[in-house]
Amino acid sequence: MKDDNHELVDFQVLSLKYKTRLTRKYKERKKYEVPNPNEIKSVIPGTVLEIKAKKGKKLKEGEVILLLEAMKMINEIHMPFDGKIKKIFVEKGQRISKSFLMVEIE
Amino acid sequence: MSLKKYILDLRKRREKVQQGGGEKAIEKQTAMGKMTARERILALVDQDSFTEYDLFVEHEARDFGMDKKQLHGDGVIIGTGTIYGAPVCVFAQDFTVAGGSLGLMHARKITKIMDHALKMRVPLIGINDSGGARIQEGVNSLAGYGEIFYRNTIASGVIPQISVILGPCAGGAVYSPALTDFVFTVDKISKMFITGPSVIKTVLGEEISMEDLGGARVHAEITGNAHFFANSEMECFDQIKKLITFIPWNNKQKARAFPPKPPKGKVKVEDIIPSDPKNPYDVRDVIKAIVDDSDFFEIQELFAANIVIGFGRMNGDTIGFVANQPLVLAGVLDTDSSDKAARFIRYCDAFNIPIITLEDMPGYLPGIDQEHAGVIRHGAKVLYAYSEATVPKITVILRKAYGGGYIAMNSRHLHADFMFAWPTAEIAVMGPEGAANIIFKKEIEEAENPEEMRRLKVQEYKEKFANPYVAAAKGYIDSVIEPDETRKMLLHALEVSVSKEDYRPEKKHGIPPF
Repeated sequence: MKDDNHELVDFQVLSLKYKTRLTRKYKERKKYEVPNPNEIKSVIPGTVLEIKAKKGKKLKEGEVILLLEAMKMINEIHMPFDGKIKKIFVEKGQRISKSFLMVEIE
Repeated sequence: MSLKKYILDLRKRREKVQQGGGEKAIEKQTAMGKMTARERILALVDQDSFTEYDLFVEHEARDFGMDKKQLHGDGVIIGTGTIYGAPVCVFAQDFTVAGGSLGLMHARKITKIMDHALKMRVPLIGINDSGGARIQEGVNSLAGYGEIFYRNTIASGVIPQISVILGPCAGGAVYSPALTDFVFTVDKISKMFITGPSVIKTVLGEEISMEDLGGARVHAEITGNAHFFANSEMECFDQIKKLITFIPWNNKQKARAFPPKPPKGKVKVEDIIPSDPKNPYDVRDVIKAIVDDSDFFEIQELFAANIVIGFGRMNGDTIGFVANQPLVLAGVLDTDSSDKAARFIRYCDAFNIPIITLEDMPGYLPGIDQEHAGVIRHGAKVLYAYSEATVPKITVILRKAYGGGYIAMNSRHLHADFMFAWPTAEIAVMGPEGAANIIFKKEIEEAENPEEMRRLKVQEYKEKFANPYVAAAKGYIDSVIEPDETRKMLLHALEVSVSKEDYRPEKKHGIPPF
């Protein structure tokens, strides 16, 4: 079995460009995104159990925004710093994947 | 009184148990395109060589109505046989018996044949085809897995351990193959995962097929869990048999020597390499032009194809080859290729197989994803594996040997025994363009025509440093050789190193950057 793609492409390594093939894994790699501190994303897939905070509410650092049940544990999602809830993207009972945008704060 | 009665009784008992899960279950197995456990063993070992143990073992479970169930052989066949005359211990899970589920006695049979393999110092081959833990037996089945993992670990580096995935192998069960040396898979038949599609769907709501989650192709190409990929079970058995010819029975022996043969055809090695160093070629063509009978047995062909690993023979003896592959990702070292190469180097070292390294690489792959994926600790594995190895270590630098990659690919500084370089070798701290840009930054910036100055300085650097002679002048390279002399020089190096002795300080074990 061979790779489906035998095409030679330009491939830059440091200062030189080489003619070479790419692997499927290389082509499908995820692009890096600069993390936005105002976006709270799930670090583990799970189910939203309860949303404690409301849109527009001001919270202190460490206060609980919502509860996420994952791997048979109830995880508290905390405010990373003092701020205001700008938007909540999840609903109670919603199943979410990893890196899912749950809450936007400011 | 004649003994006939007893003999007939034995035959009847055998025949009954050898049917495994019975006609219906066997029909189902066949309908899935799978061979039965017994057929698999018989197809794998030399004809009439298989001797079965523990045929009459039965489970002892009493709960959940298990006391009324008879499971022939408790769902696994164990025994010994030979492959091309080499003795092997084998177990094969029988999916027709309770889905090949692993209970206490099932596990005991497996650990028994593992203990036997370790004591007899012969290779172990495990054929996996199991629905997983036998839930009715509870923690006993977990205990069984643990005992298997323990033995896999203890036997690691002492006897070759081969896992063949011919059906599902899910949950904790996957860790036995992961601990073994070589994992064989077959397209559309092998399935390996920690949590299956149904759990993923329940927890995440994400849908994925078994094939896309943990099929043979995924493990052969993406995860690197599998070392071999075959299109049919028979092709898979041929691959296993071929592998057995290349490896020794245990760590105290050498692989069997074959009659020496010259490479096939009259391929001139120098004709394989393009004159422009930026153009690729298939490094496997170089290996084939060097090894006996041009027979190169590649391992993990699809995974991290930017490095090539595998076995070939030189003058009849097994050699492990590690070669950068300019054809794929320009032959860079990255997390996956480092991992792949390092493990293979450690395998060769554990089993007394000399290592030949063919080097043509521009360095480590730059990128955020690589840095975040831990290219530092994965890359360090290559340094560790080469430095630690005490088998004969020979390097041939074909073209590029830049920077950290030059050091990592079995350099003199990691105590390679022989360092050869072709006249096309460029041994330098980095590529000429990059180096000239830094060294002559001022001259280039201040020149009336910076581009022209850059071109001149790159050329100057190339002539002065991008060659093997600077390294040769320091003795870092033993010999600059013509490409067509490569086989001759390698044969000589191997001859000289036949009784190599090299010791490391006494220690319990090192702490490689796993």
